[in-house]
Amino acid sequence: MLLRLENRGEISRAMVYASPFIAVVLTLIAGVFLFAILGVNPVDAILSFFVTPISTLDGFAELFVKGTPLVLIGVGLSFGFQANVWNIGAEGQLTVGALAGGGLALLFFESESLFLLPAMVIAGTLGGMAWAAIPAFLKTRYNTNEILTSLMLVYVALLLLSYLIHGPWKDPEGQNFPESRLFPDAGILPVMIETTRMHAGWLFALAAVATGWILIARHIIGFQIRVTGMAPMAASFAGFKEKKIIWITLLMSGGAAGLAGMIEVSGPIQQIVPNISPGYGFTAIIVAFLGRLHPVGVLFAGLLMALTYLGGENAQIEMNLPNAVTGVFQGMLLFFLLAADVLIKYRVKFGGAKTSSTAAAGEAG
Amino acid sequence: MKLGKKLGLLSGLAAGVMLAATGIAQAADPLKVGFVYVGPVGDHGWTYEHNQGRLAVEKALGDKVKTSFVESVPEGADATRVITRLASTGHGLIFTTSFGYMNPTVRVAKRFPKVKFEHATGFKRADNVATYSARFYEGRHVIGLIAGKMTKTNVLGYVASFPIPEVIRGINAVAIAARSVNPKVTVKVVWVSSWFDPGKEADAAKALVDQGADVMLQHTDSPAPVQAAERRGIWAVGQASDMKAFGPKAHLTAIIDDWAPYYVERTKAVLDGTWKSGDVWGGFKSGMVKLSSYNSAIPADVVAMAEKARKGIIDGSVHPFAGPIKDQSGKVILKAGEVMDDKTMLGMNFYVEGVEGKIPQ
Repeated sequence: MLLRLENRGEISRAMVYASPFIAVVLTLIAGVFLFAILGVNPVDAILSFFVTPISTLDGFAELFVKGTPLVLIGVGLSFGFQANVWNIGAEGQLTVGALAGGGLALLFFESESLFLLPAMVIAGTLGGMAWAAIPAFLKTRYNTNEILTSLMLVYVALLLLSYLIHGPWKDPEGQNFPESRLFPDAGILPVMIETTRMHAGWLFALAAVATGWILIARHIIGFQIRVTGMAPMAASFAGFKEKKIIWITLLMSGGAAGLAGMIEVSGPIQQIVPNISPGYGFTAIIVAFLGRLHPVGVLFAGLLMALTYLGGENAQIEMNLPNAVTGVFQGMLLFFLLAADVLIKYRVKFGGAKTSSTAAAGEAG
Repeated sequence: MKLGKKLGLLSGLAAGVMLAATGIAQAADPLKVGFVYVGPVGDHGWTYEHNQGRLAVEKALGDKVKTSFVESVPEGADATRVITRLASTGHGLIFTTSFGYMNPTVRVAKRFPKVKFEHATGFKRADNVATYSARFYEGRHVIGLIAGKMTKTNVLGYVASFPIPEVIRGINAVAIAARSVNPKVTVKVVWVSSWFDPGKEADAAKALVDQGADVMLQHTDSPAPVQAAERRGIWAVGQASDMKAFGPKAHLTAIIDDWAPYYVERTKAVLDGTWKSGDVWGGFKSGMVKLSSYNSAIPADVVAMAEKARKGIIDGSVHPFAGPIKDQSGKVILKAGEVMDDKTMLGMNFYVEGVEGKIPQ
C-alpha cells in the first residue's frame, strides 16, 4: 500500500482538545461546498443554518431546551465510557424516568403542592437508575454484555410506555387517543425567561456538568473510573473494585437519563405522549464523544448538536432545503472528528515498510 | 444647468416609481403558508398527500401565496418549536398534519392570536385553530364490500398501526361491509405499533397470509403489505396513495387522501378574510376521500356494487355504520334503522362482530 498509518507514540494534548474545533471548521467548509452543489447561496445557507435560528430570544432559548437532555445524558454517559462501561440504553432509562416522574404528575393531577415537582425530580432520577441497575446487575453477577442488555431494555421501556399510554394512563377526556392528560401546573417546570420555553431543566444540566467536573477532576471516584478505563489490570492491582465502578457508572448515567426524561415531559411536553424523545439517548452518545468525555466539552457539544437540529428546521423553512441536510451535517461533524482523532494518534506515511521499523525502534527508544 | 435639472427630475421620477413599486409589493405581499409534516415527503403515503395539497395551493393561488414546510418533525417537544418558528417568521396560515401536534398547536395558537392554524385529525379547537379530517371509513366500507366478494378463504388480513379510534373504525367498517355481502368473512388484525415500518408490515402481512388471509388491507403507510400480497398471489388494497406500482396484480384499488381542495379553499378564505375556525370531516362527497382505479380483474358486477355504494354514501342513502351493529360478544351496539352519530364514531374503541382478537391495551 502507498498509504500507511503510523503510531505517533506520544499524543499531543493540545491537539486532542483542538480536534472538535477543527472538525467544526472542516464541517463548515464542507457545508459551503454542499450548499453550492445544492444550488443555494452558501453564505445565506450557513447563516440560515447556524445563526438565524438563535438570533431571536425565542430561538436562543430553544437552544437550551433542545440542549438540556443532550448535555444531561451526555455527561452521565461520559463517566461510563471512560471506564469502558458501555451504556447504550440511555433512551430506555430516559423513558422510564419520564414515566416515573410524569406518573406522579398524573397520579396527583389535581395537586397544587410545591412538593410535587421535587418529588417528580427524585422519581425520574430513581426511575432511570432502576432501569440502568438491570444491566449493572446482569453484568456484575453473570458477566453479561451491558451493550446488549442496556440496548434491548430500550425496547422494553418503549413498550411499557406504549402500554401505559394506550391503557391505564390514557386521558379519560382524550377520545381514546394515546396521550395522557395534561400535567397540573404544580407538575410543570417553571419557565426561566418569560414568553420563551426555556425551563428550569437547564439548571439541572449545568449542575450535572459542575458535579461531573468535580467528580472527574477532584474526587477519588473519578480517578478510579479513569484508571479502570485506561488500565484495568493496574486498577485491580491498586485494589479498585471493578464491580463497584460498573454499578456507579451505570447508576449515574441511568439517573441522569431518567432525570432528562422527567425534564422533557415536565418542561416542554407537559403530558405523557407516545414519542417522548426523538432519540436523545442515542444522540447523547455522539455528544459524549464530541465533548471528549469531559463534562465541559459535553456542555458545548450538546449545544452544538442542538444547534444543528434548530438549523435544519430553519433551513427548511427559509431555504426549502431538505431535512436530510441536518443528518448530513451531523454525519460530517462526527466524520471529521473521528478523522482528526485518527490523525492525532497516527501519522500518514507514504511508501514502503522501511520507515516502520525505524519508527518502531524510535518508539522503543 | 439644464442637464442638472433634468437629472434631478429623472431621479425624482425614479424615486417616485420605486416608492410606488414598493407600495405595490407591500399591498401584494404573498400570504405565507406553513406546513408541518410528521414524515419525510417521499413518493407516496400520508405526508406525500399533504405535500400534494401544499403544491395544489401554490398552483391555484400562484404568487398570492408562498409556502414552506418542515418534514419529519417528531411529535414531542420539537413540534412546539417548529410551529412557533413558522408563526414568528410571518406565516399567516399553518397546517399541522398529524394528531400528535394537537396540544403544541393549541399552545402556540394562544401566543399568536392573529395567525390561523389548521390541525389535522385532532379535536381541540380555538378561535384561530380549526380542525379537519377525512372520513376514511367511507372508503373502507367500499373496499370491505369488494374484499367480501373477492375472498375465497373468507379471511381478510388487516395490518394495523396503533389502536386509536381512527384505525379501529376502519377495521370495523371493513368487517361490517364485507359481512354484509359475505356473512362468513372474518377479519384478522396484526398490530405493528408504527405508522411506517416496511419490515414489520411485511412480517405482519406474511403472518396473515399464513393464517389464511387472501385479501390484505392496511392502515400503515408503506407499500410492504401490497408487495407481500403480490408475491404470495393474493389481493391487496393500497393506503393513502395509489400503490398499484408495488403490486400491479394484487392491487384491487386504494383509498386516496386528497387534501388539495380543502387546503386551497382554506387558504383562499384567509386571503379573502373570511376564514373561521371550525371542524371539517370530509368524505367522498367533498372529494377528501377517493378511490384509485379498480383492478381490471374485479368482476363487473362487483365494480357496479362498489360504485353503487360509493354513490349511495355521497347522496346519503348508504351509511357505513348503519344498524343493526353487534360487538364481538354479540351485544347490540346500534339498533336496526339507526345510524351511528359522529361522536360515537370518533371515540370508537370496540370491535364489531366478525373481527378476531382483542384490541391491545
